[in-house]
Amino acid sequence: MATTHADHTAEDHAHDHKQSFVERWLFSTNHKDIGTLYLVFSFVMFIIGAAMSVAIRAELMTPGLQHLNPEQFNQMTTIHALVMIFGGVMPAFVGLANWMVPLQIGAPDMALPRMNNWSFWIMPFAFALLLMTFFMDGGAPAGGWTLYPPLSLQGGTNLSFAIFAIHMMGISSIMGAINIIATILNMRAPGIDLLKMPIFCWTWLITAFLLIAVMPVLAGAVTMLLTDKYFLTSFFNAKGGGDPVMFQHIFWFFGHPEVYIMILPAFGVVSEIIPTFSRKPLFGYQAMVYATASIAFLSFIVWAHHMFTVGMPMGGEIYFMFATMLIAIPTGVKVFNWVTTMWRGSISFESPMLWAIAFVILFTIGGFSGLMLAIVPADFQYHDTYFVVAHFHYVLVTGALFAIIAAVYYWWPKWTGRMYNETFAKFHFWWSVVFVNLLFFPQHFLGLAGMPRRIPDYNVVFADWNLISSIGAFGMFATPFIMAFVLWHSLKHGAKAEARAWEGAKGLEWTVPSPAPHHTFTTPPIIREGDLAHGDVTH
Amino acid sequence: MVQARACWTNWSRASLAKPCLAMAALLMPVIATAQSADPERWQLNMGRGVTQTSQNAYDAHMLALWVCVVIGLIVFGAMAYAMFKFRKSKGAVPDTTLVHSTKLEIVWTVVPVILLVAMAFPATSKLIAMYDTRDAGMTVKITGYQWLWKYEYPGDKPGESVSFTSRLDRKSDEIRQSKVDARTANHPHYLLDVDNPLIVPTDTKIRFLITADDVIHAWWVPALGWKQDAIPGLINEGWTEIKTPGIYRGQCAELCGKDHGFMPIVVKAVPKAEFDQWLAAERAKNAPPAPAAPAEAAPVEAAPAAEAAAPATAAADQNAPEAAANAAG
Repeated sequence: MATTHADHTAEDHAHDHKQSFVERWLFSTNHKDIGTLYLVFSFVMFIIGAAMSVAIRAELMTPGLQHLNPEQFNQMTTIHALVMIFGGVMPAFVGLANWMVPLQIGAPDMALPRMNNWSFWIMPFAFALLLMTFFMDGGAPAGGWTLYPPLSLQGGTNLSFAIFAIHMMGISSIMGAINIIATILNMRAPGIDLLKMPIFCWTWLITAFLLIAVMPVLAGAVTMLLTDKYFLTSFFNAKGGGDPVMFQHIFWFFGHPEVYIMILPAFGVVSEIIPTFSRKPLFGYQAMVYATASIAFLSFIVWAHHMFTVGMPMGGEIYFMFATMLIAIPTGVKVFNWVTTMWRGSISFESPMLWAIAFVILFTIGGFSGLMLAIVPADFQYHDTYFVVAHFHYVLVTGALFAIIAAVYYWWPKWTGRMYNETFAKFHFWWSVVFVNLLFFPQHFLGLAGMPRRIPDYNVVFADWNLISSIGAFGMFATPFIMAFVLWHSLKHGAKAEARAWEGAKGLEWTVPSPAPHHTFTTPPIIREGDLAHGDVTH
Repeated sequence: MVQARACWTNWSRASLAKPCLAMAALLMPVIATAQSADPERWQLNMGRGVTQTSQNAYDAHMLALWVCVVIGLIVFGAMAYAMFKFRKSKGAVPDTTLVHSTKLEIVWTVVPVILLVAMAFPATSKLIAMYDTRDAGMTVKITGYQWLWKYEYPGDKPGESVSFTSRLDRKSDEIRQSKVDARTANHPHYLLDVDNPLIVPTDTKIRFLITADDVIHAWWVPALGWKQDAIPGLINEGWTEIKTPGIYRGQCAELCGKDHGFMPIVVKAVPKAEFDQWLAAERAKNAPPAPAAPAEAAPVEAAPAAEAAAPATAAADQNAPEAAANAAG
């Protein structure tokens, strides 16, 4: 830990006494360490979830049942989704928030450090519960991640484990969200007004409110499943006077804001990176903030577009179609703003920028298919086909995941004090872009041709695109390992990073040394002209 | 309403589809390879199907697709231009004053609104047509079970109702059990064939009442242009009117357990007279073992009688012996 930083006051604290491994990581209350824990955890979960997707794509590589039986296949699709959403994407963004929010607003730590520790350490236990169901009689839950009754209730004891795991993930998310709101609202350094705050903090602030609003709804929905199964209630059981469709309404009232919980922080990340490498302030900063807030608001009133085929009254279908189409407007504003940020900039293409540009293009493709899915007459054909699978993987993999990777490459020098090998990182990028499109683009064709989702086997006419998609999946499975190599190589051999690791980078995080000392901003920073990306409120 | 619908259909087809097709020919000839019934190898686009509803779905899909393609070309074109023109390596100097423009922001808010309205209006009129189940010529009740479909043609009197189950054909079942690559098995309708297809008349508006006995299923035949969830405790409606006789295939489209991928749907559309004959024969088969009365069942009048009886039988089906046996698996 030999460091030669100028910031002595911050340094001295860190070396009061050497923390043991257990003290530092298990009992950690330091936002940077907890951020690291979250990121490492999500990396492991991404690999587990990706392994399941490889099993799924191996089965789907050729028609006929070769590797998995249908029950195992359904377990794979169900747990793949839960692991990727709750174990991969969400903790990764919480990890980024932990690391970057205090650094970006000039706060010494998160507002509630002990709760921060708890909200992380719940997660490994939640996923231990969820994943151990694979080794139980009857295997893991196989009713789809949406847990629609009555099917989900047909499972064995695994359901109670999954529900308890979801409760724990929910508690963790809610505590994380409370912490982020408390930090952003109370701990900004003097001079950082809300409308001078970095966009990443803005998107996370709004995301945190979404989390607090909808995680309890999910908890309620799964608790009703639990009582339907074990305590003879009939919330969703038609024979007892309940309604299976009610579950879907409650679930998607959680589920749609959940989609934005996974994408708004990604918007924030991209809105940090594109200005840096365009060497130009973000275009339409305030419009970005308002667009984010509008998307968050709209996310609460569009949920039933996931349910156009359940037999809603026509008025309901029309309303949810129109409301859903409205989301295209603020989302369009964001995309146009990113493009205009690049316009008349001075662009260079370091790895974070490549990932961010890929994000804008590929996420927009996912947005296009989302708009198409909103059109009810067409959705009667798209619904529950591979077209939908292609759509949400474009927004979640080339959207959320690409933004996470972009963020790691962007802030890695700040975290570790090391640059990475650009050639290796660019190899990682190009490899991923090629295989991710091989993986997901043909799934549009499969869905349009009539292949339903969640089937382990298919007619021979679907074989060709499925084979290509599987090849893409196998290629994609290499990417976490390539990334791990790039980052390991950087730790071992990387050049030293400067405090402002990127020429065009703005924001308080770049005013502290690289690597960021264990404690930063123990006294509030004095904001100087040009420190903030959005210090000038005129835009 | 009818006029408005016709007008919009014309608009979307005539004035938009033509330039679009021209563009397709230039840019992406592959997208134009639509077909009507069975999916094809390397198929890229949605089929047009064989009903007005499937044509509506196809038109709504193509309109949305082309709007997206055009917006995509503009946005990605601007990005590409920026990436080539404003590179630091080419000495580009950032214009840090370009950070806000109310005019631009109004433009890119208002233009999408107009495009959305242009998509929403025809979509809504199509949806209204799809929801109109009135004036149906006959009714078929569809019940989903794990993992088969039951079809019922309600009759006037208890004995006149015809029903049968429809499940994966034996050959497909053998292939999937054998775990071979299905391409080697020489079965073109692998997993898209059943033992007893649903038989319906052409040129008749058929109303479907769709429900399920155990878990949620979804009845989907792409060539008919819609899918509808089959939900235990609820009865959903759908309708179709097939012009061309033929065999149209689909699958369950809502995850329903381990054999979700193995409950295909086959609809055989036959001319009205042939259908009436078939239904009469089925009724005769089902008739209670002749209580002496001469079987003077009038085959020609059977079909109209069935039409009138439709609504009364909506909630009739409570006794499904297969359900109990199958739910256990």
